[in-house]
Amino acid sequence: MKRIHVWSALIVVLALVLAACGTSATTTTAASTETTATTTATTAASGTTAAMMTPVEVTIGFTTSTTGKYNTESTRQVNGLQLWMNDVNNAGGIHLSDGSVITFKAVSYDDESTKDRVQELYTKLATSDNADFLISPYSSGLTAAAAVVAEQYGKVMITTGAADDATYEQGYTGVYQVYTPASKYLTSSIDLLHSLDMGATKIAFVYENSTFSTGVATAAQAYAEANGYDVVLFEGYDAGTTDFSAIINKVQASNPDAILGGGHFADGEALAKQLYEKQVPVKFVSLLVAPPEPLFSEIGDAAKGIAGPSQWEPQVKFTEEGAMANGSAWIGPTGDDFVSEYNAAYGEDPSYHAAGGYAAGLLLQYAIQQADSIDPDAIKAALDATNLTTFYGNLTFDTSADKHGLQIGHQMVVVQWTNDLTKEIVWPEAAATGTPIYPLGS
Amino acid sequence: MKRFTGLLVSLAAVVVLAVIPLITHKDSSMQSMFTILLGIALASSLNILLGYTGYVSFGHIVYFGIGGYVGFYTMAQLGQSLWIALLAGAAAAAVFSFLLGSAILRLRGAYFALATIGVNEAMKALVSNFDPFGGPIGMTLKVSFYKDYGGFSNIGWMSYRLLIVVTLAVVITSYLVKKSKFGLGLMAIREDEDAAEVMGVRAPSAKTWAYVLSAVFPALVGVLFFFKNSNIEPGDAFRLQLSIEMIVMVMLGGLGTVIGPILGAGAYQALRSTLLTVDKVKDVQLAVAGVLLLLIILFIPTGAIGWVRRRFPRLRRVLE
Amino acid sequence: MSFGELLGASLLDGLLIGFVYGVAAMGLTLIFGVMDVINLAHGPLIAIGMFFLYGLFTHFGMNPYLAIILVAFAGLLVGIIVYFAAVHRVINAPPLSSLLSTFSVNMIIIGVGTALLSTSAYNVDFKLSSLTIGSNITITGTRLMAAVVAIIVTALLYGFLYRTRAGKYIRAVSNNRQAAELMGIPSTRILALAFGIGTMLAMTAGALIATILPINILAGGTYELKSFVIVVLGGLGNPLGALAGGLVLGLIEGLVPVFMEATWVPVIEFGLFVLILLLMPNGLFGKKRGS
Repeated sequence: MKRIHVWSALIVVLALVLAACGTSATTTTAASTETTATTTATTAASGTTAAMMTPVEVTIGFTTSTTGKYNTESTRQVNGLQLWMNDVNNAGGIHLSDGSVITFKAVSYDDESTKDRVQELYTKLATSDNADFLISPYSSGLTAAAAVVAEQYGKVMITTGAADDATYEQGYTGVYQVYTPASKYLTSSIDLLHSLDMGATKIAFVYENSTFSTGVATAAQAYAEANGYDVVLFEGYDAGTTDFSAIINKVQASNPDAILGGGHFADGEALAKQLYEKQVPVKFVSLLVAPPEPLFSEIGDAAKGIAGPSQWEPQVKFTEEGAMANGSAWIGPTGDDFVSEYNAAYGEDPSYHAAGGYAAGLLLQYAIQQADSIDPDAIKAALDATNLTTFYGNLTFDTSADKHGLQIGHQMVVVQWTNDLTKEIVWPEAAATGTPIYPLGS
Repeated sequence: MKRFTGLLVSLAAVVVLAVIPLITHKDSSMQSMFTILLGIALASSLNILLGYTGYVSFGHIVYFGIGGYVGFYTMAQLGQSLWIALLAGAAAAAVFSFLLGSAILRLRGAYFALATIGVNEAMKALVSNFDPFGGPIGMTLKVSFYKDYGGFSNIGWMSYRLLIVVTLAVVITSYLVKKSKFGLGLMAIREDEDAAEVMGVRAPSAKTWAYVLSAVFPALVGVLFFFKNSNIEPGDAFRLQLSIEMIVMVMLGGLGTVIGPILGAGAYQALRSTLLTVDKVKDVQLAVAGVLLLLIILFIPTGAIGWVRRRFPRLRRVLE
Repeated sequence: MSFGELLGASLLDGLLIGFVYGVAAMGLTLIFGVMDVINLAHGPLIAIGMFFLYGLFTHFGMNPYLAIILVAFAGLLVGIIVYFAAVHRVINAPPLSSLLSTFSVNMIIIGVGTALLSTSAYNVDFKLSSLTIGSNITITGTRLMAAVVAIIVTALLYGFLYRTRAGKYIRAVSNNRQAAELMGIPSTRILALAFGIGTMLAMTAGALIATILPINILAGGTYELKSFVIVVLGGLGNPLGALAGGLVLGLIEGLVPVFMEATWVPVIEFGLFVLILLLMPNGLFGKKRGS
């Protein structure tokens, strides 16, 4: 019997010793895909003649929520980014005037949709992995944490999948937003409702208590009230809620014409499903994040007629001609090309999360071209001056001190699921591809 | 000097770990050492309650959260300095733990453990609904706030240095408690509370003071942690998982000793960071910790250091 | 929807899920009543039940309500294994040991579970038609069925405890283990059986939850916390109290949002929890046996 005590103790002591030896002062563990990344672009480039082509590999660091509650959205976002990286590398990289040829390499980790991991991992990316540029994780909450780290280590971070306005009011100088800000998410849905039914006056807001959705709901509430709507319910639910019965009962009792809100994919989907199961008599529902994802159709009948704001849809058409017409630059593939490439690579239609990922890459590519270097300060200056159109839409940044990096050029559309379970753009009218279903259930 | 060998060994262990980043000046080693010292400070403070007094607090992280929130509020909304925030956080934790302790320390064993979980969850839910603390969204400190502290890029190092001071303070306090009459009373309570009372130990007040002492240091650590992150949210401040990990760290190293929590925390946090980035294995870390804990509970409940002390009596003076 | 209808709907929804909560809590309280152990692996065991049902339904196409029978038997086995692995050696040790040993099982299950399944959400895509009462109150079919199954399970448990010999042995050991051993009852086997039944109840509750709501490996933790609140409400060691406590909790979750924001529900749940621990440690319904 004593033997087992000795063995157990030995195992424990051995484990402690091994662990202590493995402290991450320098560890490059038997990890996923990263090999050592070297980026000495500017120093390598200086002194070479224009005729010499020096290959330079630029490291882009980011985390993905391969697991956890954001995995649906984050996977698509990273797919988009990865597609861009393959495209630009296969096209031969970016040629700078000093002869360097920039190609890109990704270093990424799984953040498990949790903030503490994001903090640790982005610090690792910024320090021991020597990432030159950072791309944000998915979701405003995680991006806020990553932005702190990016700013602390002076790295330029392009955020995608993160709409919350608050991140750009903290005084950061190197964080740039690709998505339309949260404050604009539901305002277009209210406009749509107004155009469909002037008699609909009561709106219920039911939203997830995250920075993003709270920002959306608060702005939308102000907009609704300013336009004469009666906000009959304005209530948040805790992130991670799966049982919406109590809050749905409350919504039903407040007798709204429309329900606006939601949060991210998992809860939005559950909310839509449970609204359907409880047969809540409402005329219009617009939810965040979930409806624009093609995967939303998995809830079947519950998806029909549900609307949602989207950063981009395959049907929108931005072109190089259009860009020239309104005086902005153009880069990247057309929307159709993007859709077919994405389909070929991943076997499904891209959602706006994927488009946002690709657009983030395009933005970086454009900035490097404009700055003609990869020096962070030059890149920041180039980004500040950017007026760029891509298949994803226009990208222009607020450069004032108190909102630096906020996206001010990009517009959103509203999509809705039809009775055939396809997704159509229903707003703005100029971009619409289908007639809106109103009221719900018709 | 001979008398203090145990203390010096413990302090040396902390110092050796802590100076590595100061020498190398590398951000990545500062980050990992920060999490290690965090673990050491938390585990050592919990040890005062768990190790010496024998009361299992599953929700001890609540003081990390209370201190963090009050301190952060002091900086973000009241515009005060970090020093005032540290004081405020510690004071809040002290008051809260005193009041709460007087009530729940009457409970024994499992009931006490459950009550501490309830307190942590209730606090998290309450703060989530409390608008002055930012509700579910929490609070953030803008970049401009950090101008007086050497700029935004410097706050990591600054917090790190302060954390070293706090950690050393906890270790010294832990040692002093262990060697004092107060500590002896606590350990008597741990062995048999009724017998201790019969022997003249004023159990209720002793337990309460132990509880307060064990609550103040997590609060200080909390203020530093959130100062460094420039952001606080209910989910981050009251993470039950971290509370549980504190217990594991104490048990691994050896509860009731000064150096036990240091080694236990050091090893556990190091293991955790090492496994963090390895895709296949990163979640298994929790399972590995679970297996280690199970082995320890079943076969060596006094932890690694406890086992060493029993097996090698001559090392007792060195390994306090 | 009138206020009366709102109350009615909330009451119904709350009560129905309360039955399921009760089943989960009965498992926890049975184990405590019989062997004075608080099973901190309760949450992950519930999660295992959830995923087991998910697997049976999604990959084998089994009807969920039939699958629950399999889940229950699996629970019995799992419980017996956990007992011998983690609890048996520390059964007579101070409570800290069993708390920590069951907690380590919790960590192991979560660690392995997360590695295999990740913390993403899964949906059991099972639909039953909804039941509409009056013109405005709709109860989902799955929720109703879950409550029905929960009641059946409770009845079966009672039948077992009071009508079978094994049940009698369990009650005897629960009452006074030494006396039971003196009477010739094989206490180790009975303890293992009791732990197995407790786990069976936990996994069954998990399976029922999976038919109604989205699941993930960490969701068990939420139900574990709810179970703690319930067993304290109902009195540790009192299975009937646990069922009643489950209903009380379900009612709280259904009714509180009517009067204030739904986010206050955890504050009330846990505040009540701490208060009852402090003021009425025997719960609202009292413990069955003394000390």
